[in-house]
Amino acid sequence: MKIAIIQFGGTNCDLDVLHVLTEVVGVDAETVWYKQETLDGFDGVVVPGGFSYGDYLRAGAIAARTPIMDSVKKLAAEGKPVLGICNGFQVLTEARLLEGALTTNQYPKFRCHGTCLRVETKDTPFTSKFRKGEVIRMPIAHMEGQFYAEEAVLAELDENEQVVFRYVDENGKVTDEANPNGSLENIAGIVNTNRNVFGLMPHPERASEAILGSDDGRRLFESMADYITGNF
Amino acid sequence: MQYQATVRIEQKAGMLDPEGTTAKRALGHLGYEVSSVKTAKLYEIVLEAESAEVAEKKVDEMCQKLIANPIIHNYTIGLKELN
Repeated sequence: MKIAIIQFGGTNCDLDVLHVLTEVVGVDAETVWYKQETLDGFDGVVVPGGFSYGDYLRAGAIAARTPIMDSVKKLAAEGKPVLGICNGFQVLTEARLLEGALTTNQYPKFRCHGTCLRVETKDTPFTSKFRKGEVIRMPIAHMEGQFYAEEAVLAELDENEQVVFRYVDENGKVTDEANPNGSLENIAGIVNTNRNVFGLMPHPERASEAILGSDDGRRLFESMADYITGNF
Repeated sequence: MQYQATVRIEQKAGMLDPEGTTAKRALGHLGYEVSSVKTAKLYEIVLEAESAEVAEKKVDEMCQKLIANPIIHNYTIGLKELN
C-alpha cells in the first residue's frame, strides 16, 4: 500500500506529512508533483497544506483546476481515502469534492496556534482510532479558514454526520471564543457523503509526536492507514 | 473582434466581509464615520470573439469555472469593444 502526497507550486507541508506517514506511522508514502499524469498504484491521497499558487484568485482555486485533480477525483470515486489538510481542504472544496467554501477569517488575521477539537464521528476512514466526543488538540495556521455553506447544505452535513471535527473549548463545549475563524457551527473538518474524502483546517501532521505538544494527529493517519490495509 | 470584459466579483448577500469591516474600522480611526465598506474584486479580461454575445458567454463560463466561486460569490460582467 502506498499513499500519494500531492505537491503544487507553493505547497509547504508536504515533507511534514511524508515524515509522519513514513517515519512515525511507518507506511509507504511518496510525494507526487502535480504534473504527474496518473495516480495509478496509489491507495490513498493527501493534499497537504501551504499556499498553492500564492492563494491567487482564492485559496486553493488554481490547484483545484490542475490536471492531477482529475486523478484525485478518479481515486476518490473508487472509494479510496483522500485527505485535505488546510490549503488541501481549500483545494478539495474548490474542486467540489467537498461541500461549502473556506473564506477569510472573521477577524482577518493569520491565526497560528493550538486548538481543541471535538471528534463528532468515528465513522470515517480517518477517525476510527478516536472516540466520539473526545477532545483532541491540533494547531491551526491559516487566514482563509472560515467554513461557509448555505443553510440547506449545513443541515445536510449535520443530518448525515458529515461534520468530523468542531472547534471547542477544553471541556468540549462549542463556544464563540473557541472558534478561531468564524466558521459556521464551529466546523473544522467535514467528509463527503461517501465519507472517503476528508478536509480539515487544523494540521494533524504538526501534532503527531509528543515532542510537538500533542500526538493526537497521529491517530488520524493511523486510521487512514488501517482503512487502506483493511484493519478498519 | 477584440473585447475587454470587466468582471466584478462580490460576496453574496449575508456573507461576512472581514476586509470591508476592517477598512471601515480603520476609516473610523482616521475620523471618517461611514455606514459600511464592502470589498469587491475586479478582473479585466481581453479576448477575441466573433460577437459581443459570444464574448460574454465565454467570460460567463470562465466565471463559473474559475474566476468566481458560485457558492460564495455574485458577479457581473461588463463588456466593451476594443479598437
